[in-house]
Amino acid sequence: MDEVKIIEIKKSVFADNEKDAEALRQELKDKRVYLLNLMSSPGSGKTTTLIRTINLLKDRLRIAVMEADIDSDVDAVKIKEATGIQSIQLHTGGMCHLDAEMTRQGLDNLDMTGTDLVILENVGNLVCPAEFDTGAVRNAMILSVPEGDDKPLKYPLMFSVCDLVLVNKIDVLPYFDFDLEKCRAHVLQRNPAAQVIPICAKTGEGVEAFADWLVAQVQAWQEQ
Amino acid sequence: MHELGIVFYIIRDVKQVAEENHVSHVSRVVMHIGEVSTVIPEYLTDCWRWAADKEDLLRGCQLQVVPIPAVSYCGDCQQEFETVRHGKTCPFCQSGNTWLLRGNEVEIQEIEVTNTLNNTT
Repeated sequence: MDEVKIIEIKKSVFADNEKDAEALRQELKDKRVYLLNLMSSPGSGKTTTLIRTINLLKDRLRIAVMEADIDSDVDAVKIKEATGIQSIQLHTGGMCHLDAEMTRQGLDNLDMTGTDLVILENVGNLVCPAEFDTGAVRNAMILSVPEGDDKPLKYPLMFSVCDLVLVNKIDVLPYFDFDLEKCRAHVLQRNPAAQVIPICAKTGEGVEAFADWLVAQVQAWQEQ
Repeated sequence: MHELGIVFYIIRDVKQVAEENHVSHVSRVVMHIGEVSTVIPEYLTDCWRWAADKEDLLRGCQLQVVPIPAVSYCGDCQQEFETVRHGKTCPFCQSGNTWLLRGNEVEIQEIEVTNTLNNTT
């Protein structure tokens, strides 16, 4: 008769990914490349925000973008057409998130010579991407006004892993019951170290502050 | 939907342990899943069935989920409370200076194996 045996493991399933992510961060450090992981729900304005920001920054920083989606290449094409920078599309094969290994595979397809900043536009989703460390230096997220100021309460993990929250579409604030100060308080409750920058990607309001944040981040990373 | 990605991680880890221990078949994998881990046990076991049956090592293998209730701790009044019921605010002193003690686990506890490759030689 077959012998039944128990093998004890006691290990987080994220442990290997966290190791991969740490190794990737170290490699990026050696190459002096800053990787930002940008997350949000679908339709919050990630791509529009990126186009605005890149056009403000492209004389100051060498930037590349990786677009992650379940399917299609509309975002990568849009970024390339609107900014002229290097932009590639990653397909997650039905998965709702990227992990460190998928991020590394994406980076392998980029020409990183002289690149200062790579922005990873993660799959639009407020739950899953927050679970997986991509190897990025920092996580940022966009919350748009129509989504509501209560989102930090409903998606605590997302807001606790992000160092920067961009509140987008502030041009429509008069039409929504969105309280910016309440939103800021909810974000800080999840992550006291987080910064909140209100922006409007469509009009460009506040985008300068995001651009300055990026420049300071990249400089600090390259000088450390 | 990230349950599928997590299932792939579990399979990778279990395969590695099986290889190290010369195991030819795994009959049960026991997971600790925290109440606020964002993993939905039913989705996890559905994804598991689909993915595990594609592997000889794991065919028919049962994924057993042990739920771990979420408990938070208040740094001000030093009491524990149920996270899901009260959220971030301490129900005893209304402080926001609270943090999660447990309930965030996505851990492989143990695996049950029915035979090892050593037995057959």
